[in-house]
Amino acid sequence: MKRFFAGLLLLALALPASAAFDVGQLMNDLARNPGGKAKFVEKKFIALLDKPVVSTGELSYNAPDRLEKRTLTPKPETLRLDRETLSIERERQKLTINLGNQPEALAFVDSLRGTLTGNRAALEKSYLLHLSGTPDKWVLTLLPSDEKIAAFVQRIVVAGNRNQIRSIEYLQADGDRSLMLIEALDAR
Amino acid sequence: MTRDGKRTFLLWLLAMLAGAAIVWNSRFTADMSFFLPARPTAEQQVLVDQLKEGAVARLLMVAIEGSDATQRAAQSRELRGRLGKMPEFAAVQNGEAGSLDADRDFLFRHRYLLSPAVTPERFTVDGLRTAISDSIDRLASPAGMMLKPMLARDPSGELFELLRQLNPGAQPNTRAGVWASPDGERALLLLQTRAQGADTDGQEAAIATVRAEFAAIAAAAGIADARLQLSGPGLFAVKSRATIKSEVTRLSAIGTLAIITVLFFVYRSLRLLTLGLLPVLSGALAGVVAVSLAYGTVFGITVGFGSALIGEAVDYSIYYFVQSGRSGVAAWKTRFWPTIRLGVLTSVCGFGALLFSGFPGLAQLGLYALTGIATAAIVTRFVLPRVADGGAKPRDLSRIGTALQNAMAILRRLRWPTLALALAATTYLALHHDRLWSPNLSVLSSVSRADAELDTALRADLGTSDSRFMVVVRGADREAALQAAERAGQTLDRLLANGSIDGYDSPARFLPSSAAQAARRASLPAAEELRPRLQAALADSPLAAGKLEGFIADVAAARQAPDLERASLDGSGLGLAVDALLLQRPDGWSAVLPLRLPAGDPAVASIAVRQALAGSGALVIDLKGEFNQLYNDYLHEAVLLALAGLAAIVALLAITLRSTRRLAAVLLPLVLAVLLVIAALHLGGERLHLLHLVGMLLIVAVGSNYALFFDRAAGQLEADTLASMAVANLTTAIGFGTLGLSQVPVLHAIGVTVGPGAVLALLLAAMFVPRETAA
Repeated sequence: MKRFFAGLLLLALALPASAAFDVGQLMNDLARNPGGKAKFVEKKFIALLDKPVVSTGELSYNAPDRLEKRTLTPKPETLRLDRETLSIERERQKLTINLGNQPEALAFVDSLRGTLTGNRAALEKSYLLHLSGTPDKWVLTLLPSDEKIAAFVQRIVVAGNRNQIRSIEYLQADGDRSLMLIEALDAR
Repeated sequence: MTRDGKRTFLLWLLAMLAGAAIVWNSRFTADMSFFLPARPTAEQQVLVDQLKEGAVARLLMVAIEGSDATQRAAQSRELRGRLGKMPEFAAVQNGEAGSLDADRDFLFRHRYLLSPAVTPERFTVDGLRTAISDSIDRLASPAGMMLKPMLARDPSGELFELLRQLNPGAQPNTRAGVWASPDGERALLLLQTRAQGADTDGQEAAIATVRAEFAAIAAAAGIADARLQLSGPGLFAVKSRATIKSEVTRLSAIGTLAIITVLFFVYRSLRLLTLGLLPVLSGALAGVVAVSLAYGTVFGITVGFGSALIGEAVDYSIYYFVQSGRSGVAAWKTRFWPTIRLGVLTSVCGFGALLFSGFPGLAQLGLYALTGIATAAIVTRFVLPRVADGGAKPRDLSRIGTALQNAMAILRRLRWPTLALALAATTYLALHHDRLWSPNLSVLSSVSRADAELDTALRADLGTSDSRFMVVVRGADREAALQAAERAGQTLDRLLANGSIDGYDSPARFLPSSAAQAARRASLPAAEELRPRLQAALADSPLAAGKLEGFIADVAAARQAPDLERASLDGSGLGLAVDALLLQRPDGWSAVLPLRLPAGDPAVASIAVRQALAGSGALVIDLKGEFNQLYNDYLHEAVLLALAGLAAIVALLAITLRSTRRLAAVLLPLVLAVLLVIAALHLGGERLHLLHLVGMLLIVAVGSNYALFFDRAAGQLEADTLASMAVANLTTAIGFGTLGLSQVPVLHAIGVTVGPGAVLALLLAAMFVPRETAA
């Protein structure tokens, strides 16, 4: 009986311990990811289309500022984010945008980068964070707290295990949705 | 005054009144046509058109500084709101969201007549399948997502085809929703005036409106430290006109006042002073009359040259009064007049050489001075003696003359040091001969350094290019010019595809030729043909054909749509873009296609364009190159003209003097004066340009007057003759020297060259008087 109670006590102690997997801890885990390469498959579910638009390519990330999304199919395109400069290269055309002066766009882009770097402060500036699951299988939901960002996106759901992100889902304001599945390539 | 004298005076008065009437009706201008070639090549004509009517010349860049980013953005929006409604402005942009919606709507509405991708093949089953599948693929990209709302009506992506031709390039930064400098410290707007670049009054009014509206906005918002910065070709034109205007009055006043003071000291009589100014007045008036009659328009800078003309023309009456004072009028006519006449002729040779210049400003200056001097001399010789007859005598200058004679003796001892100095100057000039002359036209521009820096800074902030390279095609009418632009565009598209160029603009992009519109319209199938083709094309597509009824309806409407005309573009920014690129010339229409060249040496890229367009009749123009070419042509021509003028003067002197020795004695001081002045100016850091070169010729033309007196004296040069020369020289130096104070580079250069040059010419002539004629 004594042992049962002791067990119960341990359990009671252990419960807060597992509940202690909170946003802060996740961010710490994520911040320890120094970067690397990953393959991605992105599906865009668009109301007008009967099937999703699928694109594939590679993501590469160098902590803390550089993020590159290299789309290979259906059409090659490179999207590069370096600090506050976003550039898009496609069909020999290059567009460069300085996001430093466009806080809303920067916040949108930072939903991804903030998650990758575990930058809680940056995320909480524009989003309400809600975490569920365990360190091995977590789901982080970002809800825009700013109307201007809500005009882009209703909700962002990031899922992963440990310090790896497995998927990101954007639910757009018009109801269309995109889901990006990420598979790390062990580069290191 | 005798009856003869009265009649002469009346005749003179009548002539003056007639002249005044002509001047009253003359058109005066202070615009850049002063610098634009009188006989332009086809390439230079494009340059002239661009400066006068082109889009670039109608651009005003506006920066709002002070207060904070939010307030600046609010002021920017308010300013755009106010100016956008005004007829003075064809376009007002500040990067506000939605500001380009009207243009995009226009492109979308007329996409089937505008898109170069519209061909019969594009509307076949295969063509539709490819185009629609590309549109769907683009949805994978963030760039393509912006087109998503249009997909059902524009599945073939014509709007995309239209937008991708436009320069995405580097858009200005935005801050608080409007354009701002990279550091965010100033909000930026880009205005296009309705007034043309050459319409300085219109530019001035537009600029005043911007300033007034901004002041009202800042006052209403209660912002004390709000500042407005403006730049652009129109502002430069307005500023330089204001400079020229104020200087014409200021310099003439300074020069005249100083000269009158000198004259009053010499004449000691209001009557003599008034009489002494008769030739000057006549000359100044005649100069303007001649220019007005010959050119139709008188440049402000030409009138600004008046101060120098006054200083030079007043010499003749000084000679007359001082020299005829002792020996009498009859003796003056026989003894002194031939020398003065020869001096007048050498001056006429000098200024006359400028008449042949293709640089209109220079030719006008030449005509103005030549007419002025000749008139002043003629009035001195033929009017003054009859009107003045006897009366008051000027101050006895013989004491001054004696002092000058003594000074000459001292001067003569400086011969060798002076020659040594001249040798040093020659060596210095020889060593620097390839770096002596400034190689570009900007040295003649009166834009201040601060203004030029602000302009560069704002251009960098806004990412507005200089539009340096362009292709120009012509046609008999608008349709022909647009078709030529479309043909050139096809060649440029190939260069774009292989990376030789980064992009180009064309008026045909927003206003296609009727032929191109007809061809596109004919490419569109009827609804009953399009529907089955869509069914076939989209059999395996995620996009169901049944969702594309909007597309079918739009295509059917486009088949019935009338041609787009220039008036269809009214009310959008595109109309302005077309107007700026499509110019009506007296001999037809020109279409301008500005090029965007890849980074690196633009000359290399422009060669590829030239080769590709060779034989097509299209001109490939480098505006900067044309500017420099123009200036080099002017400079080259000025060298030839200066040499020709010099040759004419030497020939005139040789024929009159009939002695190599005497010729050499007259020319030596002039050559030395030129060498010393140019070397000193260069050493003093003055950037020498073609007006200094012209000044060199004028030193010879004006300075010879003094050297000739020493030559003709042939023995004793009387004290009062010497004194009259000193006074005449002083007034000339004052006249030209005043120009040296000018901020207008053209006037400044002539002033700092000829002013000191004239004084040196007298001193050196006195120094190198041949022994037997020495005092």
